[in-house]
This record gives sequence, structure tokens and C-alpha cells, in this order.
Amino acid sequence: MATTITPNQPAPRISKAASEVDERLIVAGPLRRTLNKVFPDHWSFLLGEIALYSFVILLLSGTFLTFYYDPSLSETEYEGIYAPLRGVEMSRAYESSLGISFDVRGGLLIRQIHHWAALLFVAAIVVHLLRIFFTGAFRKPRETNWGIGVVLLVLALAMGFTGYTLPDDLLSGTGLRIVSAIILSIPVVGTWVHWALFDGDYVGEVILGRLYIVHVLILPAIILALIALHLLLLIKQKHTQFPGPGRTEHNVVGNRLFPAFAGKATALFFIVFGLCAGLAGLVQINPFWLWGPYNPAQVSAGSQPDWYIGFLDGSTRLFPAWDINLPGDYTIPALFWPTVVIAGAMFTLLALYPQIERKLTGDDASHHLLQRPRDVPVRTSIGAMALMFYGVLWLSGGNDLIADKFDISLNAMTWFGRIGCVVLPPIAYMITYRICLGLQKHDREVLEHGIETGVIRRLPSGEFIEVHQPLGPVDEHGHGQLTYAGAPVPKRMNQVGGARRAVKGFFKPIEQPSDVELEAQRERRGLAAAEADREVTSGRPSEGGRPSEGGRPSEGGRPQDPRD
Amino acid sequence: MSKDERAGSRPDDEAGPTHGGPDDDYTPEQLATMDREELNRLGARYDGVEVLHVDPPPAPGSALEKQAERQVSMAFGIAGLFALAFAVVYFGSGWFLPDWQWASDDNGWSALYTPLLGVGMGGALIFLGVGMVLFVKKLLPHETAVQDKHDGSHFDRTTTAATLMGGVDRVGFPRRKMIGRSLGFAGGALGLVLIAPIGGLIKNPNKGNPLGTTEWAQGVRLVRQDGSPVRPGDQEPGSLETVFPAVPGGNLAADAATMLIRLRPEQMSLLQPRQGQADFGYGDYVAYSKICTHAGCPVSLYEQETSRILCPCHQSQFDVIQGAKPVFGPATRPLPELPITLDDEGYFVARSDYIEAVGPTYWNRERI
Repeated sequence: MATTITPNQPAPRISKAASEVDERLIVAGPLRRTLNKVFPDHWSFLLGEIALYSFVILLLSGTFLTFYYDPSLSETEYEGIYAPLRGVEMSRAYESSLGISFDVRGGLLIRQIHHWAALLFVAAIVVHLLRIFFTGAFRKPRETNWGIGVVLLVLALAMGFTGYTLPDDLLSGTGLRIVSAIILSIPVVGTWVHWALFDGDYVGEVILGRLYIVHVLILPAIILALIALHLLLLIKQKHTQFPGPGRTEHNVVGNRLFPAFAGKATALFFIVFGLCAGLAGLVQINPFWLWGPYNPAQVSAGSQPDWYIGFLDGSTRLFPAWDINLPGDYTIPALFWPTVVIAGAMFTLLALYPQIERKLTGDDASHHLLQRPRDVPVRTSIGAMALMFYGVLWLSGGNDLIADKFDISLNAMTWFGRIGCVVLPPIAYMITYRICLGLQKHDREVLEHGIETGVIRRLPSGEFIEVHQPLGPVDEHGHGQLTYAGAPVPKRMNQVGGARRAVKGFFKPIEQPSDVELEAQRERRGLAAAEADREVTSGRPSEGGRPSEGGRPSEGGRPQDPRD
Repeated sequence: MSKDERAGSRPDDEAGPTHGGPDDDYTPEQLATMDREELNRLGARYDGVEVLHVDPPPAPGSALEKQAERQVSMAFGIAGLFALAFAVVYFGSGWFLPDWQWASDDNGWSALYTPLLGVGMGGALIFLGVGMVLFVKKLLPHETAVQDKHDGSHFDRTTTAATLMGGVDRVGFPRRKMIGRSLGFAGGALGLVLIAPIGGLIKNPNKGNPLGTTEWAQGVRLVRQDGSPVRPGDQEPGSLETVFPAVPGGNLAADAATMLIRLRPEQMSLLQPRQGQADFGYGDYVAYSKICTHAGCPVSLYEQETSRILCPCHQSQFDVIQGAKPVFGPATRPLPELPITLDDEGYFVARSDYIEAVGPTYWNRERI
């Protein structure tokens, strides 16, 4: 660091330039507010960021792919470098996809980065959604953002479908054929919608060009806009946080954006990108040159969609052969129910869940403190039930492969799925409910009796007891007086300082053991001082959990300052 | 403040009566007396942020700091090496390294090219990220800050509502009904104009029964993928062959693919064709549509021991000796049967198109 500048002034030239910018754009205020924004310090808050970064990777790699891809269905003869397909009739779309994989330097790597990032994108969204669901982060005032998130998930699935259809290989063509059948199965308007989308009967000439523009322009634009809205609402409403010392409904405890959080977030972006690149190089994905060009009369056994569509494939396999024949030669095809109706119902229920829960519980208050899943056993069990249903469908999406690999009857697998998707979810509900209650009970037991130390003592009477370490002050019976406040309860001695941290150093100690000891003592004193101010496990403002009044220097009589 | 000498300015002109803000509370002179950390905390406080406590980083020059610095630098260094390796492989291939392009008989370099690129790029990015995480965790002070959260202000709601409602009152649509209605009329009509271009997509799917017809017709030969016609003696009993109509593009038509199956004698004795379709086969030959009546996949897996045809997409199973009736899985309708016979030269031809729609069921599909 330069030594000539005074401590409160940045280097003069930078300072002057910065002033010049601020005189024109007036950004100093908003920039400072952004840099000062506090982010909770918990790993589960990074799941959504993984989804965001995957999307950035998708935009970058996808742009590269558009330079070479041609969505044309006109027939041509392959003359490229890949010998096994030379001389084969195929569409321009398939030929150009082969070109990206074989004739463009590094093209295969970028294409596989794109595919891996797409899988990760949906996976991160789903895991992020589960975190939001099980901790109650969707409650008022965040229902809107939950809804936006569900829409983003649906759009991500649509992105996936339109994307893996583009190569026009045998597998993607089979998927497109099934989607065509699903569209035809919609009562009354199905054939009209199909004729509008495909410009006629399957497969026509235009569908790939239309899917392409949907994939590279329409859906990304909508997703980008919704992500912006998602983040804007997040910034406006601020983060939720888990209950804990000093955390209340009216504050956020964590790191400021700059520099700590910005550093970690940027690092996460690089790690996610690196992971996709490493996977793309080492783990082959969708080797469509092996499937050959699409031909409506051909299919390969074990045709499976990407993982996130698997549950719909499964529901389609399981649904019984129930056409509804209406008078006048009209039919509601069986295919309509497991695809359009089930998917529609699942995503509608998901999107409306915050409203449903609010109605059922009558809880109309705003919530910024998260709940531990065990403390809301009904919701947690509903979630487990839904996951079980989804899991059975998903597994059934690969039931032919499971039957093949484990030598089980295929029909038995189908019946397992049919019965399982009805019977297993309620069982999952009951088991989860019991687990939640058990965990709740254990938390309270530890608060009352203390942590099991593992030390067995024999009393003069001959009785053996295990010594318990109380977590706080005790009454005359030796029972702890702390009440449960929604925060994790320490259950091992190490979590309450039973063991000191190791002295650092790999080959030889690089710290003085006495320094570590001193640090531990300082920490203990600090903890004791902090405890004098507030109760350790309490996060409620009424119990004095609020550490500071924050506040700005002068608010004297003026209405709240404009904040944004 | 110096006198404002811009044209149009008045001497008593200031930045507005409601200017307020921190500049009124803290003069430049006051701020000049504060050091950087104080200013940082002051700004944070102004944004509702209080820094509760700061765990200091390792002391400058301490062994702990040096170790952390070594680790971070090592991660960045490794990232750089991976990135260089990527560049060497990427640019060097075909220059001083073997050519990267796929070849069936090369020394394996073309199979290594993409993995090496992936390792180079992935390693560089991951180690860069790891280095940054180490830096933040080991060398930055760990700060615990708390920020106030506001649930919206009553003042804002009340005043905004007043401004909005005042504006609406002044516009006065509830009172000026004629303007309101004519504007609604114009808006609706204009909306129609805006969505009208989508009407260009709409086509009538019922014109000429496109879903109910295929390329098959009376006298059209059954040919293989390569265009060769089929004679009754060509197939072994129990075998299946995919045939197409002998018309241009017939082998790529979406709905015309047909399975020509020669039954074994014991299958013949059990054969139960669908009602009114007993004469659709020819001798021990039957021809069924290959397009699944469930979701349109080509049903391809014929198990002649059980006489079943399995669709690999959703595992519908059709029994060949029962007129391709669905016996398991989600399909609801039998595979339509193509009426076949022989032409003058002894090759298989269709006697007509399929008598019902092939492929997936739809709303107004005629039942037979």
C-alpha cells in the first residue's frame, strides 16, 4: 500500500475520476448502499446463486453454439470428418450439430459445457426451491418471489426440452414425437394447437426453426427478466435468516457485500464454471453421433429424456390405459392426464403453496426468520410426501433400465410404480412426521437436562448416572431454564467448547500453543460478556435479542429518507 | 459555497427546500477529520448497518499469515498453470502437437483432446475459485454485521395513495363515462390488431383429414428402407420387417412405417383378427402400423415367443395374434392393421390406406 496518501483519502487521481463520475451519474449513494448490504452467512443461501451462475454459463456457451448451429430440416448428405456417418442422409440441423462436435476446434467441449450447465441449472433451481420450501422462506412477504421462482423452474424445463430437441438426432426426434402426441391429446383444441405450432401434421418443415428461436431468444429473454425481478425483490425485501443469537425479524446478520461476500460469490462462480468445464471435458454427455439422424420409423431401447423431464416420462408409463370416450366420437386420450394434467396440477399447487398454507394456518404475519423443518412437521411431511411422489415417478421414468439391469419383470416395475405412487407418499408423510416430533423432543430434552457428556458416575447409593452439561442456568432441580427458540441446540460437548481448536501448521506448528490458549480464553470471556446482553438461544426481539438500534445519525422529525 | 453564476440562477437559489440528507448533518470539514474506518462505519450506519465485531486476520508478518499467503498464491499459481495447459493443447494441436480432429485410426490424441481441454479449463477456473475462497477465509477480517430491515412505511403508503387517487380524480374517468368507454373500445380494437398476426399461425387441422390418412393407398407396394419390394417367401416365419409405402419420401414419412410380420404356424392357429378385419392379412402375413397408438413412438421390439410387440418409450405391449390389441401399459387402442395382398408380379401391395387413424389418439378421432 502506498504510504504517501492520508488515511481517509483514496489516491488523488482515482479520487478525482470517481468524483467526475459521481457528479454525472450520482451513484455514490446507491453504490455505498449496495456495498453495505448484509448477506446471511449460511451455505444454503448459495444454492440460488449456483442456479444464477449456471445460467450465465449457459448464455456464454450457448452464444458460441449459435455461431455454428443451423436449425434447418432440409435433407443433406453428411460429408464431415466423422467417418461412420459419412454418406448418410440427414437434416442440416443434425449435420451442423455434428459439425460443432467434430469440425469446430473446442466445439465439443463448449457443447458439453452447455449441456452440463443445463442439467446443473435445473438441479440448482430444484434444490434451492427445496431449501426455500422446508425452511418456510416463501411466507409473507415473499410469496411473489416464490411464484416467480416456480415460473423460472417451468421455463428452465422448457429451455431444456427445446434445447435437447435441436440436434435432431434419433433421441431428440423421439422426444419431439412424444411432445407432438401430448399436444394432440389436449381435448378440443389439441389438433388446432398442433397445427399452429408445427404448421401442420408432425413433423413438417418449420418446427425446429421455431423451437430454436424459442430456445435462444424468447425463453432466455423471459428468464433474464424474471431473474432480474427475482433479485430486485430479494434486495428490496432483504434476506431471510435462520434464528440465532441477535437475529430478529427486523434485522439481517451476516457479512457485508464488500469485500467478503463479493469475494466468496465470485469464487463460487469460478468453481461452478470450472466444475461444468471439467465435467464437459471428462464425462461425455449426449453423444448424439452414436444415435444417428432422426427417422420416425426408428427408436433405440432405453430412450430417456434429461433427468428433469424424467418424472413426466414416468407418469406417462404408469398411467393406466383409460381413454374417456364421449358421445359423438370425441375422445379424451389417456395421454392427456399423466402429462398435461399432472404437470399442470403439480406446478400450480407448487406455485400456490404459500397461499394455501396461509389459508390453512391463518398465519397472516410477515416472517423473516426461517423455521427449522422439524418445527413445522406438517409442512415438512407434505414436502416429503411430494418428494416421494416425484421420486416414484422419476424412478419409473427409467423402469425399463431398472428391470433390465436388476433382472426384474418390466410389468412388475410398472405395477410397483402404479401402486407405489399412491401408497408410498402417505407412508413418507407419517414417517417424516414422527421424525420431526422426535427431533423436537430431543431438542427440548437437551435444553432441560443438558448435553450428554459420556461421563458415567457412580453415586454413593450404588446408582449409576450419566453426567449432563447444562446449557444455561438451572433451577433447584437441576433443570435448564432455556426455552427453545427455533435455533439449533448444541448436542455435543465440542459444540460448546469442549475441545479446543487444533494448533495450526502442516509440517510443524506455526502457532504458539500458549497463543491458542489465550485466544480460547478471550473467546470465552467474550461469550460470557455477550450472554450478559442477550440470551444465547433466543432470537425474539421481545426477549432482548436485538443487538443494536442501527439507525441513521439524524432522523429528527423528517419522514424516512428515500432509500433507493 | 461559491456564488452560483450560471445563467438563469438566482442568488438565493439552493438545492431545494427538501434537500436534507447527510450533507446537512456532516460538513466536508467534519468528514475531513474522520479517518477511513470511521467513515466506513458512518456510511454503514447510515445504511442501517452496524458492524458488531471483527475477527482480525492473522497478524501481518506472522507465520499464520505467511502460510495463508502461500496457500492462496499456490492456488492462483496452479490455476495459471492449468490455463496455460489449456492454451498449449488448444493452439498447439495441429501445430506442434498431433491434429485434434476426430479420426478412427489415429494414436488416440483426438480422443484425448476434449478431455485435456476440459481439465485445463476446469482446473484453471476451480483453482482460481479455491484461491479466492482461501483468501477470503484466511486473510480477510471476518466481520459480523447486522442490518436493519424495514417492512414498508405507513407514510409512504398514505402519501402515494393520495397522489395516485388525486391523479385519478383529476382524470375523472368515473365521471366522464363517454371518454372512458370510447377509450376502452379503441384499446380493445387495437389489442385485436396487435394479436392478429398470431392468427397467421392458425391452420385448420380438419381440412382433408390429414391425421386420418397416410401415404398408403390401393396398389402401393410395401418396400424396405432401401426401396426393395417384398415377396411372401422373403421372410422366415416369426420374423418382422419394417416396410414403407413405395412413394417418394415414403421411407421418411412420419406415420406410414408399417411392420410386416410373418406368423409361425402355431401363431396362425391362435390368430384372432379384429372384427371385420379377418381378410386384412395375406396368408401367414399381417401388417400393423409401427406408430404407437399411445405417444407415437415406433414400436420396435417384437418378442415372437410371446407374440408381443413392446414400445420402448412407455412400455405399451401389443399382442400380435389378437389383432395387435394392447395387453399392458398405457396404450388404449390396437395398432391399426394395413390390408395387404399381392400384385401381378407377386409383391406385397396395400389394398387401401389404413381404415382408421394411425398414431396417438386425439380429440375428434373417429372410432371404428
